[in-house]
Amino acid sequence: MSPARGGAAVRLRGMVRKESLQILRDPSSIAIAFVMPVVLLLLFGYGVSLDAKHVPLAFVIEQPDAASASFAAAFHQSEYFSPRRFGSIQEAEQALAEHMVDGIVWLRSDFGRRLFTSGGAPVGVILNGVDANQARITAGYVQGAWQSWLQSYAAAQGQELRLPVSAEQRVWFNPALRSRNFLVPGLVAVIMTLIGALLTALVVAREWERGTMEALMVTPIRIREILLGKLLPYFVLGMGGMLLSVAMAIWQFEVPLRGSFWLLLASSAIFMLVALAMGLLISTVARNQFVAGQIAILITFLPAFILSGFIFDIGSMPGPIQVITHVVPARYFVAILQTLFLAGDVWPVVLANAAALLLMMLIFFMILRRKARKDLEP
Amino acid sequence: MITLSNILALAIKELLALLRDPRSRFVLVGPPIAQLLVFGFAATYDLNQAPMAVYDEDGGGPARELIARFEGSRNFHLVRSIDHEGQISPLIDNREALLVLHLGPRFSADLQRGKSGQAQVILDGRNSNTAMIALNYVRTILMDFNRDWATRRGQAELPVQLKIHPWYNANLESRWFIVPGIVGLLTLVVTLIVTALSVAREREAGTFDQLLVTPLRPVEILIGKSLPGILVGLLQGSLIILIAVHGFGIPLRGPVGALYLGMALFLLSAVGVGLMISSLAVTQQQGLLGAFLFLVPAVILSGFATPIDNMPPAVQLITYLDPLRYFLIVLRGVFLEGDSYALLFDQYWPMALIGLTSLAAAGWLFRHRMY
Repeated sequence: MSPARGGAAVRLRGMVRKESLQILRDPSSIAIAFVMPVVLLLLFGYGVSLDAKHVPLAFVIEQPDAASASFAAAFHQSEYFSPRRFGSIQEAEQALAEHMVDGIVWLRSDFGRRLFTSGGAPVGVILNGVDANQARITAGYVQGAWQSWLQSYAAAQGQELRLPVSAEQRVWFNPALRSRNFLVPGLVAVIMTLIGALLTALVVAREWERGTMEALMVTPIRIREILLGKLLPYFVLGMGGMLLSVAMAIWQFEVPLRGSFWLLLASSAIFMLVALAMGLLISTVARNQFVAGQIAILITFLPAFILSGFIFDIGSMPGPIQVITHVVPARYFVAILQTLFLAGDVWPVVLANAAALLLMMLIFFMILRRKARKDLEP
Repeated sequence: MITLSNILALAIKELLALLRDPRSRFVLVGPPIAQLLVFGFAATYDLNQAPMAVYDEDGGGPARELIARFEGSRNFHLVRSIDHEGQISPLIDNREALLVLHLGPRFSADLQRGKSGQAQVILDGRNSNTAMIALNYVRTILMDFNRDWATRRGQAELPVQLKIHPWYNANLESRWFIVPGIVGLLTLVVTLIVTALSVAREREAGTFDQLLVTPLRPVEILIGKSLPGILVGLLQGSLIILIAVHGFGIPLRGPVGALYLGMALFLLSAVGVGLMISSLAVTQQQGLLGAFLFLVPAVILSGFATPIDNMPPAVQLITYLDPLRYFLIVLRGVFLEGDSYALLFDQYWPMALIGLTSLAAAGWLFRHRMY
């Protein structure tokens, strides 16, 4: 027993050494682990934002008077809009069709007169609805400007605006609704899925293609030692990239880390193992770098981007799609990261998702054990 | 002298190399269709049956009426009714409810005496976009409630009423925005997959040197290597457009020709970038890395999921280099706005420029990057 154990340690150490040397010799792995997260986080952290400011808005006032001027002023004061005056609704519609403005606010000639009639004066708001989400956000801002005008108008008349129900909103964890706070932790998960899978996707296929797998097979090394020997150096690399990303999220993008760092580290380690195992599995099944590369592109980035809950809410997807999201590892990591960063150590959320990741890791390694045989037949 | 037969011979060889392996045949057809279906249904910003809880201290008629309006909305789904304040925080923390509606004990009394009834809405802001969408739904429900309450009690209406009309997408369905985007996304992925490893693979196998010493001119190699990518991209794109129109019911309002002109130019630029990456790479691993390093930013900075207008000016400048940016405007313009050639001219020429520049660079690299 013990000589065999000792042999295993020697063989494993040899394998780790060989892989580490290979990594050091071809700088592309190091570039994947350290340069990619920095570049991608910088690009996306600044590039991806859902906070619209200075939405270009066309203002058509057919009959300028004091009331319409005060209404327009409410929009000029808001940082969400940059209003532009148009002489007629036709010109404004032309500008909307040409994407010069995102919406039109139209005060008809009877605005001043109907203000005092019982039904109130109608104000037409036309939005470019192509980007439905943005249009809805803009509609919300328009309503906000409208309500603040109503209040100041009532005050100017010496009255108090009495809405039957007035709501006070409290947004927990992110009161300013700063979209970067949830996008950056999500991006860390997406980027780490990519990096983990990219690091290992080609490493076994490469050995098969170059014929060095057969050379490895004739040595006494066991298949699990080959896998472990390939995994360990890339794990160290991947965790380095992960720490770098977390540091950037905290210091570069000023996302508050409210949970504990150690919990973050532990769940990141589990996730990194899942991502690396996924890459190894692709590599083992494909046995061909070309196919392995193609599969890696297909099953890592887009699913992590769209199905992880990073940007699209999973609860709103149709039932069958929600079932599919359960096999996307990034889904669990996004939930953990968003919670740890913004809400703190919420144990039920962190434990449930970490358990799911652990389960995925075990399943991946079990499939790997079955698929990776010292066997020349494909 | 560029000979057609030379180009054809190489293009056929490339296609055969691509289609011979059953696994790579599958990779070209299966996943893109599966992805269109999954992503098309998954990628939506609309909230559907978002879990909410109610903390009703009042229990009066008006309070129940307001709560009924939330229950009746398809955007919300009432999961819990709670009876003391301490229950709010675990519900939100554990993501069991996205929002909690809290009505104070004097809600109905205030409302009936003509004062404002105070409601409090507590939201999980972890995903601030979801929170903001939920807030907008809440506001709409409250506005409707207020208007109905005021008319019923004969109170004066508000002096100004907003009438909001979204153009091109009257119901503001985000699927109409996302699915045309997926057409562009998947076409880009497939074309890059086909081209980005093609030269690198031959380099690694040593057959690229052989290709260079044949009578084929570099231009012919370039065209021969581009054709399969463009062909696969066109077929793939057409299939996806068919599914978008007939499967997802996205309206196709503009001329199909304008769409295909855009697609042809986009494929030219995607193939150009793919071949450039491929001829820069020495190994397939580097080719794959290069493809990723282009693909990921190209998708995120294209305006596919988040608007380019929200990006800082420096990042907006980078997006001008992204061919997907232009193609997405063409796709959404033709699908939803019914745009025709003239309106899209400003999108066509940059794609053509990117395509020609990158193809020229790839051709130059064929000759000058030898190991």
